[in-house]
Formats: sequence, C-alpha cells, structure tokens
Amino acid sequence: MNTDSKPLNTAASKPGKTELAEMFRKFIDPQFVITDEETLKPYECDGLSVYCVMPLLVLLPETVEQVQQVMRLCHQYRIPVVARGAGTGLSAGAMPDAGGVVLSLAKFNRILHIDPLARSARLQSGVRNLAISEAAADYGLYYGPDPSSQIACTIGGNVGENSGGVHCLKYGLTTHNILSVEMVTVDGERVVIGSDGLDSCSMDLLALITGSEGLLGIITEVQVKLLPTPEIARVIMAGFGTVDEAGAAVGGIIAQGIIPAGLEMMDSHAIIAVEAFTGAGYPVEAAALLLCEVDGTKEEVQEHIEKAEALFRDFGATSIRTSKDDAERALLWKGRKNAFPAMGRISPDYYCMDGTIPRAHLGQVLNEMQDMSKRFGLRVANVFHAGDGNLHPLILFDANKEGELERAEAFGSDILELCVKVGGCITGEHGVGVEKIRQMPMQFTDPEIEQLNAVKSAFDPQGTLNPGKGVPTLRNCQEYRAINAKPQAPEVQHA
Amino acid sequence: MPDITKHLQQQINEARNQGHKLAIVGAGSKQFMGRKINAEQLDVGGHSGIVDYQPLELVLTVRAGTPLSEIETALAEKNQMLSFEPPYFGDRSTIGGTLACNQSGPGRPWWSSVRDQVLGVNLINGKGEKLRFGGQVMKNVAGYDVSRTQAGAMGTLGVMTEISLKVLPRPAITMTLSRKMEHSEAIRFMNARAAEPKPLSGACWLDGTLYLRLSGAHSAVEATAKHWDIPVMADGDTFWQQLRNQQLEFFAGEQPLWRFSINSTAATPPLKGPWLLDWAGSQRWYRGDSEMATMEALAEKAGGQVSLYRGGDRTGEVMHHQQPALQAIQKRLKHSFDPDALFNPGRLYSWL
Repeated sequence: MNTDSKPLNTAASKPGKTELAEMFRKFIDPQFVITDEETLKPYECDGLSVYCVMPLLVLLPETVEQVQQVMRLCHQYRIPVVARGAGTGLSAGAMPDAGGVVLSLAKFNRILHIDPLARSARLQSGVRNLAISEAAADYGLYYGPDPSSQIACTIGGNVGENSGGVHCLKYGLTTHNILSVEMVTVDGERVVIGSDGLDSCSMDLLALITGSEGLLGIITEVQVKLLPTPEIARVIMAGFGTVDEAGAAVGGIIAQGIIPAGLEMMDSHAIIAVEAFTGAGYPVEAAALLLCEVDGTKEEVQEHIEKAEALFRDFGATSIRTSKDDAERALLWKGRKNAFPAMGRISPDYYCMDGTIPRAHLGQVLNEMQDMSKRFGLRVANVFHAGDGNLHPLILFDANKEGELERAEAFGSDILELCVKVGGCITGEHGVGVEKIRQMPMQFTDPEIEQLNAVKSAFDPQGTLNPGKGVPTLRNCQEYRAINAKPQAPEVQHA
Repeated sequence: MPDITKHLQQQINEARNQGHKLAIVGAGSKQFMGRKINAEQLDVGGHSGIVDYQPLELVLTVRAGTPLSEIETALAEKNQMLSFEPPYFGDRSTIGGTLACNQSGPGRPWWSSVRDQVLGVNLINGKGEKLRFGGQVMKNVAGYDVSRTQAGAMGTLGVMTEISLKVLPRPAITMTLSRKMEHSEAIRFMNARAAEPKPLSGACWLDGTLYLRLSGAHSAVEATAKHWDIPVMADGDTFWQQLRNQQLEFFAGEQPLWRFSINSTAATPPLKGPWLLDWAGSQRWYRGDSEMATMEALAEKAGGQVSLYRGGDRTGEVMHHQQPALQAIQKRLKHSFDPDALFNPGRLYSWL
C-alpha cells in the first residue's frame, strides 16, 4: 500500500451509484449487489435503531476473492466500507455511511472445520455464535463466549466487538477464545493473523483486531478455541434485602476462591419487571438478586454449591433456591435472559447502557443513578454482570413523547461519566460505534485519542473503513467535551 | 519506591532530542531474548511497586519494573496467584519484561497467558507522552486493545510504566500424574485428556515420560486422578516449578533453544535432537543447530510459528517472519507509537 501517493481519483472522477453497481456486478452475483431502496432499507441500522442512514449500496459477496476485489475498488475510489454481520450490534457500529457500501458477510456462513482433538474450529465470519456450540456439541465441546444475541450474532461481529456474555468471568471474552483470523485489508490484501498455536511472534495484532469495530480490516474467517462441556452446571438464585449485601456476597464468593461460571445481579426494578414477564419465580420483594452458576466436575460443583449457599446465608440472603436439574437451571436463567424484552413490556422504549465499574463502587453508582433518575424524570432498571463489573442500566422512556429520547441519552451519558469517574469505562461489551463516540473524551485524553487514530491510520491510511465510528477526531473531542452532559438530539453523520 | 514516570519521560525526550536510541531494561533477565542491539540503556527497574491490589475484584495494578517475586508474595497472602505462571530468569524478573516478551508458564492453555490477563497499561510513547489504555476492569472495549498488543512487542511500541492484571485464586490442591509414554502417543493422549471436562492444568512430555497436572477442588482432583488411573508422582510441584523457570536439565547448556508455537496435535518435526512438549503439545522446545528458514518451514507445516529463543546467531532474524502486508502494517504501527524509532530498534526484527 502506498500511502504517500496522491489519491488516484478525485471526487470528480468518483463513479456514481449506478456506475459503481455495474463495476461490482462484474464479479459479484448481480442480485447480491443491492441498489433499490426497498431492499436497502433493512440495512439502514443495526440493533440500535435510533441511528439510521441509508447506504449507497449493499454488497453480499460469496468468496474472499470477491471481498478483496470490493476492497480494491473501494480503496481506489475512496469509498467508505462498513462491514456487517447479523446487524445485532448495540452501538450503531454497523450503521451505514450514506456515500459508502455496506459489506455484508451474510454469505460467509460455513463451518469449515472442527478439530475435536485440537479443540478448535475454523469458521467463515458469518457463522452464528450459537451454531458453533451446536456443531461442537457432538464432540462434547462448545464455544465459550455467549453474548445475549448468540442465536443471531456472527463470529465475525463477535471479533469486531470483542463480545462477552454471562460466562466471561470464568471463560473470557472473544479475545481469549480465538486463535487466528483471516482478514482482508483496506487495500484488498488477504492476511492471516495468529495461527493454530496459542501465540505468535511479535506484537499481538490479534488483540488489536479484536474489538476494533470494523475500523481496521474485514474479517473473513475466524479460528476459535473450543472448550470441553462441563459435566454439570448448577445455579443458585439468592435474594438480598440490600444491593450492598448482594455486592458483598459477590466479593465473599471470590474470596472463597470460587470463580463462578456466571455471576449476575439485578436490582428490584429489574426483578419485578422480569418476574411479571417470565414468572420464573424470582423473589419480587428482594432489593437485589444474584444468580450464581457453578460448573465443573460433579464433585467440584457439589463442593462449591454447598460453600456458596452457606456463604450467601452468612451475607444475609433472604431467599435461596438452587437448581436441581437442567430444566430448573434454565428456568432460573430465563428471567435474566429475558430482562431486556421484559422492559419492553413496562415501557414503550428502553435504552441499554454498558458501562463497567470496579465492583466495590456498585452501591454508590446505583444510588447516584437513582438520584439521576429523579433528576431526568425517567425510570432506570439495572442488570449487572456482577463478576466482571459490567453494568447494564436500562433507561425507560417513550420515544413518542417530546424530548424523552434526548433526556434518555443525556441520562445515559451521565451514567457513563460516573462509570469513568469511579475507575471504570464507557463500554464493557457493546462497543463505541456511533453511540458512545461522544463519551470517548471522558475516558481518553487528547494524546490518547491521537494515538488511537494513528493506530487506525496504520491499517487504513485513507480512513475509509467504517468512518465516523469508534474513535472521534481530535477536533470533535474538543467539541464533545464542551457540550457533553447537555441533552443532545442524536446526530447522524452524512457523507 | 517513588513514581519515576516523569524522569523516564525526561530521558526519552532527551534521547529524542539528541538522536539516541534506547534499550529498555527492567532487571535485564531476558537480555538473551530477541536480537542483539546497540543502544543506550533506559532503566525501568527503578519504577517498581504495587500501586493497587483489590483481591475481591481479582485486579492488581503494579509498576512495570516490579519484580514478579514481590507480586507473588503479595498475592499469596490473599491465596491468589498470577495464573499465567510467569517464568523467573533469576530473582529479579519483572512484570513489564514478562508482558513485553509474552512469557507464560505450564498452566497457560488452561489458566490464560499474561497477555490474556492484562486489563490495562500505562505507556510512554516515542513522543514522551504518557498514555493510558484499558483500565482496571475486566470488560472494556473502548478504543483499540493497545494493552494486549504490547504482549510480544518487546518494548518496540513504547515504555510500559504501569500494568493492570486479572489475578486468580490459587487452586485448593494440585496433584501430578506421571507415566512412561512414547512421543507421538503422548501428543494424542495429552490432547484427548485436554478435551475432557476435568481439572487439568498442565500437560508435558519429556524424555519418554508424560506429566499431567491436576488443580482445583479436592474432590475433583482426587476423582479425576482415580478415573484416569495414572500413577501419582511424588513432589510433582518441583517438576512444574523447574519446567516453568526453565531449570530442567533439558534447558541447560549452550545448544540453541528453539520454541515452536504450533497446533497442539501436529506431528513433531523430524529433527535429530531432544524435544520437550509443553502446553499439551502446543508449545514445543527443541535443542540443536539449525537455520531459521528450515525451522520456519517445519513450524508452518505444523500450523504455527518458531522463534530462536536462546543462543545461536542473534544478529540475524530470531522471530518467525511476517507476511509482507503484516510487516508493512507493523512498520506503520511502530512509527505511530515511536516516530523516531527510539525504542529497542531491531530487537524484535531487523526491520522494526
């Protein structure tokens, strides 16, 4: 890639939509070069539908060679490229660029190879997360990270976002569970980062790519690690009279040397909403609820369940229920897994935040959030990956009411600022995308932002990969700092 | 120990103004790794001490020059550990060097690597700016993962000053099982055991003998040992300790030491000379004279990479070569962090 040369084409010679579509149709099945409004429409947003932009074109290539050709053409004409998996992202990371193409990896849906002895699987990047574990189940293996969208979301998207899930305290995030990726660079080179081995020579580019939100390259293939399916898993549901007691109980479990497979907390607003929705038997009178899953060998689980039950009692649990079989375990998890849709029942809209905090500050953060709730006049419910400090406040609002969306966003921004203030971060697993780009200057200084932009330029000198996402420009940072915390209407960037 | 970040920034700025190059040195215990370079020493060993330790959050923040021994002593008091079992090359090996060289011990496939456990770093770049990436929390996807990118970079992207890590509880008990086994059978056997949901935490083969380590709850370890029916080895901990710190007889002497990081199930390359298999076959050590190009071809056939870990010619390349497109990206990355190429020039590759 020659970064010093003058651009090959100026805006004047940039092909128009029709001309461009014809170029792509020379090597992509014409029906998969989408140009008409009606078929383009579903691509205008991802899972965060308040941010919508219609793309110029949507492409669904079927081979890596086609992806390479797309990238070469787009590089030549400086056309923005936004990669897209299943479009389940929650930060508008896959929101199109009005002057660019959406590169859908939907056709890259083949599981290429499962190696049960080496405990790994090679997948095209559009393979669904859950499909990996389903295919590996025959060998007594599964894929660790299980984001809540796992039925639909793709492994390529998981790499882009460094997705986690409810089991990442013990089994890690995407970055801990992949061995290699095949990537097409912005100028169409096909590279493999990582190998079948557990590490590679030199700086860890695999770590850099993971969580890069489509800003550094197009992922076409992923090799993941598979884990042996635990012999048994059981979950304890414990209700507590205060959030602080529940938080202390989490610390108590860790202090015992037990790393639960999952450790989730919900506040009373969430408990009540979820119980009304699922009827899973959650203690609606509790101020906080813990779900603590322990997995391993039969002997180990027995030992740890007994310890954990006793410990929760010591920490003042007002109710304890432990699953006796997988059906009951599924029932106890059902509430947590349906927490988001449950909010949909008690409120026309909800806005899900994703900050992370050191757990010691949980009580303080929840209390301050209740104060904010009063100030903004909006309800908030909390579900919390307690083991790893990832907080999902769900702000309830009605988009049809004048100004409520803007207030919800301002409320969310204040929550993220609070997370950073207590030593946490603005996003644990949903990514920055467009949604949190205004909060980046809360977490990073100007030299840090500049360094992140320089990293981007090392991969994408012309800045055509997923532009306007992930990392703000320095100029925008100053602007965001000046206006942060003031209610702002969502602003969509058009090319 | 005082915070000497400002002093380090000063030294970096001076070197930059005077056109000097800097070799970053902690305890200097890993000088044998990488390529030989000529540069002025930048001593970060004085930047030492535990900044914060929250056992209930499993999070530790230390200055990069902190000796591993100091960290592990503090963790042991809370019955916790550095799960990646970093090797000690002498008493003073530091956490910064461990991360820069991406060094992890026998438990790595099950308990994560140093790279995996990194949560954040503070870094001084080649412009003398103090930057912070990641943080003290386990989930953090704001910005690129610059912290973990440092693993294996051997200081070429900047001077790490502070590192936050995830730590883990120590297992309740550990038990070592051992029996005679032929080389290729051991590869199959170790992988098959690793595919079972049992508390395996080490799998090594050396000199016709297989070693398996079990760690975890009493009941689980004991039941697994019984189930697998392999003899228990007395004083197994000493074996793993010596493996971890490369003190076994296998590692002694001047013969070049090659490290293969490959597919755990691959057949071992046909080379005359002793092999040690660790990480259930994923990390394999070889002693003997050879050429880099020959070894690279063998490593690639086995699905991975090779490095000349210790000894041999350290003026040529010692790390597996990079694809041209990735080499170009890494050169630009290096330039983005260190525009004047101050830090460890040529340590990792002649071209970096």
